[in-house]
Amino acid sequence: MIKDLFSKSKKKKYATIPSEQSRHEVPEGIMTKCPKCKKIMYTKELLKNLKVCMHCGFHHPMKSSERIEILFDPESFTELDKDMVTVNPLDFPGYEEKIKSDAEKSGINEAVVTGTGKINGHAVTAAIMDASFRMGSMGSVVGEKITRAVEKADELGVPFVIFTASGGARMQEGVLSLMQMAKTSVALKRFGENGGLYIVVMTHPTTGGVSASFASMGDYNLAEPGALIGFAGRRIIEQTIREELPEDFQTSEFLLKHGQLDGVVHRHELKGTLENILDIHSPGGEL
Amino acid sequence: MVGELEFEKPIVELKSKIEDLRKLTQEADVDLSSEIEKLEGRLAKLQTEVYNNMQPWDRVQVARHPARPTTLDYISHIFTDFFECHGDRYFGDDAAIVGGIAKFQGIPVTVIGHQRGKDTKDNIKRNFGMPHPEGNRKALRLMKQAEKFNRPIVCFIDTKGAYPGKAAEERGQSEAIARNIYEMSGLKVPIVCIVIGEGGSGGALALGVGDHILMLENSTYSVISPEGAAALLWKDASLAKRAAETMKITAPDLKELGVIDGIIREVSGGAHKDVTEQAGFIEEELRKAFEGLQDLSSDELVERRYQKFKKIGEYSFSHQYTGVK
Repeated sequence: MIKDLFSKSKKKKYATIPSEQSRHEVPEGIMTKCPKCKKIMYTKELLKNLKVCMHCGFHHPMKSSERIEILFDPESFTELDKDMVTVNPLDFPGYEEKIKSDAEKSGINEAVVTGTGKINGHAVTAAIMDASFRMGSMGSVVGEKITRAVEKADELGVPFVIFTASGGARMQEGVLSLMQMAKTSVALKRFGENGGLYIVVMTHPTTGGVSASFASMGDYNLAEPGALIGFAGRRIIEQTIREELPEDFQTSEFLLKHGQLDGVVHRHELKGTLENILDIHSPGGEL
Repeated sequence: MVGELEFEKPIVELKSKIEDLRKLTQEADVDLSSEIEKLEGRLAKLQTEVYNNMQPWDRVQVARHPARPTTLDYISHIFTDFFECHGDRYFGDDAAIVGGIAKFQGIPVTVIGHQRGKDTKDNIKRNFGMPHPEGNRKALRLMKQAEKFNRPIVCFIDTKGAYPGKAAEERGQSEAIARNIYEMSGLKVPIVCIVIGEGGSGGALALGVGDHILMLENSTYSVISPEGAAALLWKDASLAKRAAETMKITAPDLKELGVIDGIIREVSGGAHKDVTEQAGFIEEELRKAFEGLQDLSSDELVERRYQKFKKIGEYSFSHQYTGVK
């Protein structure tokens, strides 16, 4: 009311102190807060920057759809096995519900998207894991889709590129999850023997059974900066050895230092690096 | 009566009762032989009943029994002329994995296995059978050597898992496991894998990609220990017993899931009750396994192995999902 503006209210005005919770909350969608430097930025600008924090360089997690968008030549990506869905082989209580709710939240039906596409004109088969679905964990569907994608690359005679993002094996599928490590490996071994080129890009996080199988077996093993990569969980190791671990333990940079990676590549340079490797491996150019 | 397990309690009680009666017969000069005979009949029945109805958690206890025979026990019983080979040629020798060359019924083989300790001191040396990367790399070196000399490979799996430690991570625990799995996929010689105790996760699989996979009746094979599963899934490690059932980790479970090819029977009550007899059971199954593989060419072996692992897993198809957006 206009007249309220003129009325001399005797009411004392108090400055409102935002609650502890609301102070940390950022409006969903429009703004994004960097979990590392805590700075708040426009989501749109962050997306334009390939989800790399403009202030501290933190690589925010990317959804599989976003990776596909920035990696492949327009309209070149064709998804494989998109109708393959998870069942509950151990009759694990509550597993179906978890799969359903993760599918609704993430917009994908399992933790990996596979397909064929072109990276700057180079035909490849690719698998993009997505940590927004069950932490990217590997059960039967993830193992089978990756295996089929490798077989597809073998059949087409094109390189196989994978973006890993996984907490490891899917507990709810028990030993069947463990065996997916072997399944993907038999396919990669055959692909390798046939001369196939295999490039791994490890993203946050790449741990457990995924780290201990196909993620470590690339002809070229790359990683995004600051990704957590390792076999055993940090807490388990601390409990086992009863000593504190260095802060950079199991990061991309730690692995590079210990000879486990070919390179740590900033997301802005990633496509260029992949193009370069693919280019060097492409036929042609006689001496 | 050393090392009897919780589920064996009724047997232990009955045995001690019989023992008491025997003593009484001797000391008090009364004839209780008919009583004793009756009880012994009951004991036999009880033993069959208990040992034929072992629950998953009972099997976990047997698999972890401190006196359970280890890789070296079986090597000395089943093979001759064993020569142990040490070291990975890169970093060191990991006593958590033993391996070498030997003869099996006169045929040269390479034999490799996880090695637990027999007592505390031995366990410290052997790191409780939990390998570092150099252990897995030693195993791979020996497998490649077997391939070169066209020898079949026998792997005994008996580990809680690959060691979760700082040095292990620094030296590439993941890569060592991944490479073993990858290279075993393509080895041109027959590989028979036998889970003799605990088959824990990636550490087990690093010796587990074979043509014929067997499990001892009371061994386990799993993606995570029951305690770990309970802590992770229900935030309560004390629910391990329930996890042992839910996670389907026993030999009959794995046979049903199509992960293993066969189960090797155990001496009544578990392998630790009679190592020699148990070794005999293993030898018999090992011979059968090799007989089944001996006529296959190296290409056929690799192709068979490919198909074997390719078919593990369960999934379905639904046309509702329209793909990634």
